[in-house]
Amino acid sequence: MRAMIIDDSRAMRSILRRIVTDLDFETAEAEHGQAALDQMRAGVVPDVCLVDWNMPVMDGYTFITEVRANPEWRDITLMMVTTESEQRQIVRALAAGAHEYVIKPFTPDAIVDKLALLGLLPEGHGVNA
Amino acid sequence: MTGSTAFASVSALVRRETSMIYDEGKEYLVEARLNPLAAARGLGLEEYVARLAFDAEERRKVIDALTINETSWFRDHTPYQAFTDAMLPPLLNARAPQRRLRIWSAACSSGQEAYSIAMLLDQHLPAGWDYEIVATDISTQMLERVRAGRYSQVEVNRGLPATSLVRYFTRAGRDWEIAERLRERVTVKHLNLAAPYLGLGTFDVIWLRNVLIYFDAATKADILRRMLPMLAPDGYLLLGSSETTLDLPTDLAAAWQREQIGRVPAYRRASALSTTPSVLTSTGA
Repeated sequence: MRAMIIDDSRAMRSILRRIVTDLDFETAEAEHGQAALDQMRAGVVPDVCLVDWNMPVMDGYTFITEVRANPEWRDITLMMVTTESEQRQIVRALAAGAHEYVIKPFTPDAIVDKLALLGLLPEGHGVNA
Repeated sequence: MTGSTAFASVSALVRRETSMIYDEGKEYLVEARLNPLAAARGLGLEEYVARLAFDAEERRKVIDALTINETSWFRDHTPYQAFTDAMLPPLLNARAPQRRLRIWSAACSSGQEAYSIAMLLDQHLPAGWDYEIVATDISTQMLERVRAGRYSQVEVNRGLPATSLVRYFTRAGRDWEIAERLRERVTVKHLNLAAPYLGLGTFDVIWLRNVLIYFDAATKADILRRMLPMLAPDGYLLLGSSETTLDLPTDLAAAWQREQIGRVPAYRRASALSTTPSVLTSTGA
């Protein structure tokens, strides 16, 4: 599995990278939505994107709508990982095509559980397994 | 834990009041859960434990602190899938005249199991059906939490699909509050699993997950024997993934029939409960 971690905070990218590499994911990273799209158009196509909402250049919401507009990327799973915790924002992200939503701050288990819910982990991982 | 006498004394207290076993090796767990209580009274751990002998209020807090289990939404995932895919269809057929289901979340802790089941029933029960989930626990503090139906940000992040979060919860300050229509289906009752089960009625599905591991073999057998009449004849009992009926006395093991549903073992009442050990009847020839 390959994860694209998209967050303008280097510290947050590092935290997420550690969580998913422990699950044997390969990772790619981008500091905003546009940089992620550029990598994906150059052939770095992940299985799952962990996307922050508020970032410079291109925010996570716009990134999700861009990914969903491209049929070639329909198999990519999109998970928002953000401090945006208003209910209407969560609804908006899900309606735009996000599959899951984790609100910061989170425990590493929360990310693992959500990846398991999305069927991205082998059996025996996550949801308290 | 700093003193083995202190650990032994706490372990004996929990055993006496709840039948739960805290063996040697669980010192770290007891220490982690009692340290905040001791600190709140401005005491060291050993002083605090000594105080328990004459302070009933602190004893109650210790019981609460040591009987809280880890929990999350849709814990282990597969039992919930088995519930909706394999258990609900036959139960919906069988209960069509009453159009009502009763579920028991035994050792409900902070209520995530009960409310996870409520969410599934909300989605899968046909219109006009009713359901009740009885949530019991030994911890009064936990029961208050179930009644309140409020969960922190960290808690709603764990195992709860985002679609369910927005469908069944509303923001309440920094917390999230479960929808009233689910909360009113959950009846909260204080119950020690090692004590008699009075006034609970019978259930179509009993969730008894990840709690038997805390009891000794005799108490576990006693609980599973008294669970038999609590379950409807065509009902299902669910245990935790590391719990089985294999180590029960022969007659009791035979009274619970294991039925594998995908990766989930469910337990059904054997059609005729015999009090005669099956080994005797089968070796007569």
